[in-house]
Amino acid sequence: VEATASSVRREAREWIEQNFDPQLSLRDWLERLADSGWAQPAWPAAWYGRGLPPDLAALAYEEFNRADAPGPPAGLGVMLAAPTIISHGSDEQRRTFVRAVLVGDHAWCQLFSEPGAGSDLAGLQTRAERDGGEFVVDGQKVWTSGAQLADYGMLLARTDPDAPKHRGITYFALPMSQPGVEVRPLVQMTGESGFSEVFFTGARVPASAVVGELNGGWAVALSTLGFERTGLGAGSGIGFRLAAPGGSRLHAQQEVSVGEYIAAAKAQPRSFGTNSTAMIGGNIAPLVSLAAELGRDRDPEVRQEIVRLYALGCVNTWNGLRARAALRAGGRAGAEASLGKLMSSRIARQWRDTASLIAGPRGMLADDDGPLRGRVASQLLATPGPSIYGGSDQIQRNIIGERVLGLPREADPSRAVPFRQLKVGTQAAGEQS
Amino acid sequence: VIFAFTDEQRELAATLRRFLQDKSPSSEVRRLMRTEQGYDPRAWSQLAGQLGLPGLVIPEKYGGSGAGPVELAIACEETGRALLCAPFFATAVLAAQALLASGDQAAQEEYLPAMADGGTIATLAVCEDDGAWATGGLAARARRSGDGYVLDGRKSFVLDGHTADLLLVVAQAEGGPSLFAVAGSAAGLARRPLQTLDMTRKQAALSLDAVPARLVGAEGSAADIVARTLRLAVVALAAEQVGGARRCLDMSVEYAKIRMQFGRPIGSFQAIKHMCADMLLEVESARSAAYYAAWAAQDGSDELPLVASLAKACCSEAYFRAAADNIQIHGGIGFTWEHDAHLYYRRAKSAELMLGTPAEHREIAAGYLIEGAAGPA
Repeated sequence: VEATASSVRREAREWIEQNFDPQLSLRDWLERLADSGWAQPAWPAAWYGRGLPPDLAALAYEEFNRADAPGPPAGLGVMLAAPTIISHGSDEQRRTFVRAVLVGDHAWCQLFSEPGAGSDLAGLQTRAERDGGEFVVDGQKVWTSGAQLADYGMLLARTDPDAPKHRGITYFALPMSQPGVEVRPLVQMTGESGFSEVFFTGARVPASAVVGELNGGWAVALSTLGFERTGLGAGSGIGFRLAAPGGSRLHAQQEVSVGEYIAAAKAQPRSFGTNSTAMIGGNIAPLVSLAAELGRDRDPEVRQEIVRLYALGCVNTWNGLRARAALRAGGRAGAEASLGKLMSSRIARQWRDTASLIAGPRGMLADDDGPLRGRVASQLLATPGPSIYGGSDQIQRNIIGERVLGLPREADPSRAVPFRQLKVGTQAAGEQS
Repeated sequence: VIFAFTDEQRELAATLRRFLQDKSPSSEVRRLMRTEQGYDPRAWSQLAGQLGLPGLVIPEKYGGSGAGPVELAIACEETGRALLCAPFFATAVLAAQALLASGDQAAQEEYLPAMADGGTIATLAVCEDDGAWATGGLAARARRSGDGYVLDGRKSFVLDGHTADLLLVVAQAEGGPSLFAVAGSAAGLARRPLQTLDMTRKQAALSLDAVPARLVGAEGSAADIVARTLRLAVVALAAEQVGGARRCLDMSVEYAKIRMQFGRPIGSFQAIKHMCADMLLEVESARSAAYYAAWAAQDGSDELPLVASLAKACCSEAYFRAAADNIQIHGGIGFTWEHDAHLYYRRAKSAELMLGTPAEHREIAAGYLIEGAAGPA
């Protein structure tokens, strides 16, 4: 029987009624959720989902959110690693990793970018060399969010330097807790530390942890990047409003009861714009109150900019709804997610600029002296992030131009050259590799 | 469900697109824009006879199709894409909605059936010399004369006002701004076609000297009638803008794929590719806004006044930018009279300034968002 909006809502409500119990430990609740398929209703039924189309899955989430039920841990395990492994991994990998992210046993980080490989990710230099049943990894990654708490990393490493750059890369599930992996936090321009550098010195990963084909990692990486664009763009905001803590290092936090966890979360609402992962918002409410407080709410320019911000937030949401409706009607989605990613960074800039306009000279002040108790300043500092992370705005425009509009590819003379002969990274004029 | 089109709705779009490709190609648009009349009566009667377009949103009991705002938006997207030269917006959107909003059953029975079958071209005359769609401070006056009224004064920016058989004119009466029906052939009515930036949509100035008129709705009800008409007209115009904007993007992309410079298609250069990507973001965001507003109108949602204004602001800016960037991407050829790019550029600017500028609509939205102004009753 085909699922419908009302059947999905009814089933979700019935399941919640029979299974949701605030007395349960967070851990027990996450296990029930994972094993029922409701933790990720859009995943395949064979792998801890319910095989629902995305728009119907969104309705199920609404039911869970109505009950304030916490969902699986937010983060790259659920957002990127598990869907990638479901798409490209072996059954053994699926058994090992998919449920483990849903119940919070494993937290993941993404080991893609390097100092010498950003937008041209295929220029990465970290290498993995075969040693019996294992690979030995040497090199460096950067901009790694959540590296300190991660149990596993989605690692891209070069396994064939004699092949052209896209064809010598392999995708690994690398255990992070081992002597060959060193994590050094990086301080970003906000003064906070949201991500790290990761150094590999003879780190080891079993050959069974290759995701997809040996030297076929590029295709797997593109899947992950696709999930990332969707997650960061218009697809975000769909899911459980409240997420449980995850990863082996946070296991102790799962002992509290669901009820206690919800109460604590409600008492401490997630603050907006205070760190680099919480910075998107077409949210005009704080700006409207700031404008009123400073007597700027009749200023025509301020009013125009507030409405521009609001409108951008609306159209981003509506673009997402439209994309899901099109998907349901049998259309395609995928590269369209780049539109949401571009829009998100634009919304962040509009929030920043409108806040500065309203704040005036007070915009020179930060933290407790600054407007909105420092939010204007912290948002200003966080805003350059979204147009860089997850594929810069420029890369998103390439993707839109080439994959949505069908424009010819950018010429890349390095595509056919063996990696060994390429220049990569930052080099002074005339410098030889 | 919002944003989910029915098969019938998709069929409407496809049928209309085929019809317009056939009956309103660029050559025909260019021929008609040079005429004073501005439309082809034969094509108009085919639009009525074969597609029932003029009666799209007129109720079935008056001979129309009884479709809703979503279908209207779909149709406007296609007419905007084709730059259709026809009195569609004036008749089917402005005049039909004003009559429906008036609640005047006798007037509806008298006028709507002939409008639905294409026999009567109708329009709505609200603006005066300043071009504002406002009913306050009107200079045009209505006074009682025998059983009826006579009108004096001037109207301007009247869409298809020089060719309309029926003009719905807003004038100040004793009881406040009121709506009146005036025959195109009425004594004392002088009509002058205006010279317009956008030659594909004709406008006229009216001079009224003791013109006999029939009151539509109650005296003093025109402010409400015009406000309700405008809300829907703004959504229809936004959809029309989406159609034009998407056509500009399509022209740019097609050209960027075949225009070779430096030995490769210009669309392979990021300078061009990124412009096209930004156009897509603007155009598709505008489309979402127009559709959302159309669904709000369909559902009778309280959100309509806010989202209609957001849609008009978004779609206006997206269209003009797409039209301007389209010329840039075409380079020199895009700056010529022969190329169609300027027709869209003219339409885009003209539509942006019609029925309220983006800044005016953002100010309306600000009233809701900042002061929390109450929605309509």
